[in-house]
Amino acid sequence: MIEVRHLTKRYGRYTAVEDLSFTVQSGAVYGFLGPNGAGKTTTMNILTGCLAATEGQVTIDGHDIFDEPTKAKGLIGYLPEQPPLYMGMTVREYLTFVARAKGVKTRQLDGQLERAMAVTGTADVADRLIRNLSKGYRQRVGIAQALLADPAVIILDEPTVGLDPLQIVEIRQLIRSLGREHTVILSSHILSEVQAVCDRILLIHKGRLVADGTAEELERRFAGKVTYRLTVKADAVHARQALEAVEGVLDVQTKTDGGRTRIELTASDAGPAMDERLSFALSDGRIPVLRMEREQASLEDVFLALTAEGSQERPMEKKSGRKGGKKP
Amino acid sequence: MTAIYERELDSQLNGLTGYIYGALMLLFGGIYVMVCHLEQGATDFTYVLYSLTFIYLIGIPLLTMRSVAEERHQKTDQLLYSLPLSMTKIVLGKYLALVTVMAMPLVLLGLYPLLINALTTSGAIPLKAAYGALTGFFFLGMALTAIGLFISSLMENVGLAAGACFVVMLLLYFLTSLAGYITDAAAVSLAGFAVCTALFGLILWRLTRNGPFALALTVVLEAALGVCFALFHSRFEGLFADVVGQLAVFDRFDSFSYGIFDIRSVVYFLSVAGLFLFLTVQTMERRRWAS
Repeated sequence: MIEVRHLTKRYGRYTAVEDLSFTVQSGAVYGFLGPNGAGKTTTMNILTGCLAATEGQVTIDGHDIFDEPTKAKGLIGYLPEQPPLYMGMTVREYLTFVARAKGVKTRQLDGQLERAMAVTGTADVADRLIRNLSKGYRQRVGIAQALLADPAVIILDEPTVGLDPLQIVEIRQLIRSLGREHTVILSSHILSEVQAVCDRILLIHKGRLVADGTAEELERRFAGKVTYRLTVKADAVHARQALEAVEGVLDVQTKTDGGRTRIELTASDAGPAMDERLSFALSDGRIPVLRMEREQASLEDVFLALTAEGSQERPMEKKSGRKGGKKP
Repeated sequence: MTAIYERELDSQLNGLTGYIYGALMLLFGGIYVMVCHLEQGATDFTYVLYSLTFIYLIGIPLLTMRSVAEERHQKTDQLLYSLPLSMTKIVLGKYLALVTVMAMPLVLLGLYPLLINALTTSGAIPLKAAYGALTGFFFLGMALTAIGLFISSLMENVGLAAGACFVVMLLLYFLTSLAGYITDAAAVSLAGFAVCTALFGLILWRLTRNGPFALALTVVLEAALGVCFALFHSRFEGLFADVVGQLAVFDRFDSFSYGIFDIRSVVYFLSVAGLFLFLTVQTMERRRWAS
């Protein structure tokens, strides 16, 4: 659906995005994850044709965003970081304007409007001025705007920033439901959000793509190790002897507590085979197991590990050439 | 494009500035009609229009200041950039909406000659001259609106856009008088062109942020200017004043006020409008290439 090849964007000497390449397949929710200033907004602005790349190519369903901007943009609905709303219009007036500007035919206009408002839950504020809406509703109107003209791809830049927890939950549900009919790309610096909403994750750091895959894939690929926590009814020496003999065990920490021993064990393989090997080893040594659990490296660890080098503050992400604009 | 046009028209008609412009135009139009036709019994409507050109000084900044600057300020320009519309269509839609608002009070002004002719017992107003001049007045407004739109596209602050536009309008209004102060000496012309070239280089540097390129081009142009001066010394006499005089947009209306429908002036007004619309599109496009 979307092909990004060797995308680079420089602002003077500052490189916001460097040699970014990835492919987005249709019918899934993609999460653009990265710390602040990673180049997420810049990349999204380039994908939607709002910003020109210094180098590289973006094609939307085979249409190059620079060579055939009208065709390519017609396939995209975009919600920028700050929803581009005209405060002096009512929701219905605004959505009518956007739909017509996107070339929706008069016959289909009402249907499109009703659908967008129904999906985003903005029908009950349709005749209110956008100026008077809460931030959550403004965000919904922004999403409704992106849905008009039924684009194949919906791109949402930080759609939950600044919302209260209840609104966040609602917007996430909305995004999930959009993922059934559209290809959705959203950006976020909040890991749990991406984990909760997205099918696939693109982890971006310092303008580079550092990882790409489903949450489980990332955890597995970058974890490699698993940690087991066990409590056994045996003394430390006994338990240690039994466990250290198992293939793949890297480290065993023990702590005796009365008649029991608490063990923290690190192993290299994450597969279920490891579970079995450990329990067989313990039963062979006639050691009763009171508790055993596996702790996979969380996506958070992956995120932190990948973005750790150079964790010092970077200069603020520069947005599409706005100068002196207020930071939302 | 019609969607952009309608939204811009809507925002103009929902705001105050369009009405202030219209009110000023009609108020002063009414006063001049009172004084010229009703009190003095003159039959020349073009005089009214000639006097009204100064309303554009205040009216055009009021009309155009928000057109692009407000979009940038509110970040709604992001929507415009992401729409499947070419920037030319967007700018044209906005421009036509502004021209529509600009023309609305002119339509009402156009009723005066008919009204006076219907009521008068003495000399009637020559309608051809009156409506020819009104058309010229409209074309002048078109050119000025394009200039205002361009200035608005350069700014993010609406107030600043209005201020800058007013200053430019004022300069254009008094340009001929100012040009009168320029002496005819060839050296003065050379100095004038040299300063303009330097200014051009400065603007180029600001726009492209490519110091060496702007500097090199400026040096080349200045050198070319020097060579021309050495070769065609006599041609330079009074040339700068002439060129400056050519830029006086308002003065192009003079011939209409003498009752002449000057096609060259119409072409001039439309060219100015075209040039500034083109520059507006370029300014908007350039923001996409922000570096």
